[in-house]
Amino acid sequence: MEMKTRKQGRYAIVALTGEIDLQCSPQVREEILRRLDERQPVLVDLSQVTYIDSSGIASLVEGLQHARGRRLEFALVGIQDAVMQVFKLTRLDAVFPMHASLEAAMSG
Amino acid sequence: MDLAEAEQLVDFRFRARADELQHLRRVVRNALDSLGCSAEFVHETVLALDEAATNVIRHAYGNSGDGDAVLQIFKTRNVLMFRLIDFAPTVDCNAIRPRALDDLRPGGLGVHIMRQVMDTVEFKKPEEGVGNVLVMTRKLERPTE
Repeated sequence: MEMKTRKQGRYAIVALTGEIDLQCSPQVREEILRRLDERQPVLVDLSQVTYIDSSGIASLVEGLQHARGRRLEFALVGIQDAVMQVFKLTRLDAVFPMHASLEAAMSG
Repeated sequence: MDLAEAEQLVDFRFRARADELQHLRRVVRNALDSLGCSAEFVHETVLALDEAATNVIRHAYGNSGDGDAVLQIFKTRNVLMFRLIDFAPTVDCNAIRPRALDDLRPGGLGVHIMRQVMDTVEFKKPEEGVGNVLVMTRKLERPTE
């Protein structure tokens, strides 16, 4: 997995690439929570993620809860079919704010 | 499933560590691709086995990275059977339950995924020298030759 974070407008965009599993999900969690602790709204760009397991999903759930507690925006962007399948299996597809593109997320 | 009539597709021993999961997924994907399974079937099955192996790493071995596990895959004409064996202390399988999904919190999703994807999920009584044996089955989308 690769993770790159950039600032765009008021958002921290956490862009992930590759497969997210138990090995790398702690890094994802740490980065998301750190940005939220810095009071930055977070968009997680999943458009280049080909696989995610429950540990990756758990990191995103924790991010969502952290953001809600701080009244900050937190959304997922560009989810591919294989990754959406996991959100549906865990019935979390209706829980997260999701956008097709960064442009849509930032204009919403 | 009668193992005497089943064909063994995979017998993969691996270190119970997070950095082995990608290799495990590749082994499973290759085996299922060779059967002509659909991409969705392959992805879901890989995910369920990844979750099972993750539980072994986290809960059976306590993230110590100190131990092995074995994944075996068998098939009959209609059904796949997966055996995941570890050598950690035996876990109380009554304590392993999926959580309610309307309770939004991280964790506890792996068992739910396994039960959603597989037709059966069962802990078997381990043989001497074995810690835990998880057996899961899934019906193939169409019979194979």
